[in-house]
Amino acid sequence: MTPGLASLALLAEFPFESVYVRSIIFVSLYVSIIAVVLSTLVSVPIALVVGFTDIPGKRFIKSVINTGMGFPSVVVGLLVLFAVSNQGPLGPLELVFTKEAMIMSQFVLATPAITAVSLAAVTSVEENVRDAARSLGGTRLDVALVVIKEARYGIATAILAGFGRAISEVGSVLIVGGNIAGSEGVSKTRTLTTAIQLEARQGRYETAMVLGGVLVAIVLLVNAIVVRLGDDKVMG
Amino acid sequence: MPIQRRRFITALGTGAVAGLAGCAQLGGSENDDAPGVAGETLTLTTTTSTDDTGLLDELNAPFEEMYGVTVDTVAQGTGAALQTARDGDSDVVMVHARSLEDEFMRDGIGVNRRDLMFNDFVIVGPESDPAGIEGMSSATEAFATIAESESTFVSRGDNSGTHTKELIIWEEAGVDPAGDWYRETGQGMGQVLNIANEQSGYTLSDRGTYLSQRSEIDLTILVQGPIEDGPEILANPYGVIAVNPAVHDNVNYDLAMAYIGYITSPEGQEIIDSYEANGEQLFFPRALSEDPDFQQYVPEGWSSDSAEN
Repeated sequence: MTPGLASLALLAEFPFESVYVRSIIFVSLYVSIIAVVLSTLVSVPIALVVGFTDIPGKRFIKSVINTGMGFPSVVVGLLVLFAVSNQGPLGPLELVFTKEAMIMSQFVLATPAITAVSLAAVTSVEENVRDAARSLGGTRLDVALVVIKEARYGIATAILAGFGRAISEVGSVLIVGGNIAGSEGVSKTRTLTTAIQLEARQGRYETAMVLGGVLVAIVLLVNAIVVRLGDDKVMG
Repeated sequence: MPIQRRRFITALGTGAVAGLAGCAQLGGSENDDAPGVAGETLTLTTTTSTDDTGLLDELNAPFEEMYGVTVDTVAQGTGAALQTARDGDSDVVMVHARSLEDEFMRDGIGVNRRDLMFNDFVIVGPESDPAGIEGMSSATEAFATIAESESTFVSRGDNSGTHTKELIIWEEAGVDPAGDWYRETGQGMGQVLNIANEQSGYTLSDRGTYLSQRSEIDLTILVQGPIEDGPEILANPYGVIAVNPAVHDNVNYDLAMAYIGYITSPEGQEIIDSYEANGEQLFFPRALSEDPDFQQYVPEGWSSDSAEN
């Protein structure tokens, strides 16, 4: 039996011990967390601006955001591939088949989701809270902070929604990341979702199931943390 | 709680910085003894069959060690692998569809092609064999029989090497496959074997992927390829080609040539020769010969006399 097959047999038996599974989990979290953090930094200010100011074309912006939420991930993957390919505008940066390219596509996918849910949360903060903050002499920044504080649970839900979309997405990360794992089984751009797809393709359903279980567990865990944070804040 | 949150953010930041620092170190870890390419990355686009069988893990590990480099293997299917290379997004391709490889070379994208290895295709199907093709010595006759009896046939349908071969056989058989019984899936070989297994259908598979997956499925070989004295049309030769640095100046041509040199060397060929899955040899080395076939370097049928191309 060759080492490759031996390690596969071992993998089926001790999935959590294996470098393969651990590195895949790491890549999934690394890519999704960075993408969601960047998305949040962009989304929340947009939600505040769109939520509180009467800029022209507000309806249009809202409908763009809502359309973005339903944007097919494979199309996003294709567009990011065109952008980062050596033939594309970002070609010289050599981003194709890297984690950075995957972060880009997940950023594009997560941002509309986070923006839309944050926007709903921000606009639901009652008018009198904002008025109070303003009448107490708060600057625009103070008012924004008060609103974020009031809407924190909704914004947390938004971030969670974005994270859920990012980590469970398979189409775009497969196209721009290439599902690469090294010869020692260390993942470079292989995520939980693309690994599940690969394992299923090869008929190794046990490994696919284990990875699927890990993916579901991560999503549940993040969900629980957000709920917990929300509860603590309410009580504190 | 805010303090904890801050700690979490700090930890996140530290982690990101440490991660980036790690990358920088990896990139810069050239010591004086290491070859000049140390730390570089070779992007190899290839077919699902070489990757799904696990051969590339065996083959690439010694190369990575020898040169201190990383090989990023992207398994796509022959058509997509060649297209990625056309876009300048890979350095070297390992594929198995001579007609597509020739086009790739004639277009000036691929240079320095070498024959690498071969195995063969087999026609597999359910043991019950509803079309009755078992033991036929002609692949085209078998395909014609499947079409006539309208037995389920699962096609790759993905412009891969295997799909290209399948279409050639349909054409030779004089059949235009269409209808409910003919299912194009657009999936890799492993997945197609699973689908054929679930639907009790026939399919064309490379022997390597079939053997490496045989223990998981109930399909059996009904028409053998040339390795087991089957028809020559089922031969499955693999080639390796570097991307032309004159067309795409960003490609890592030096490392691509080092890789081609390594996998066609006695050492690389020995690894291919000794690689087994479920106790059977999957690929047969073909790069080394005392009497080299000059046609491996040029598009098939090319000669300097007919150099109008």
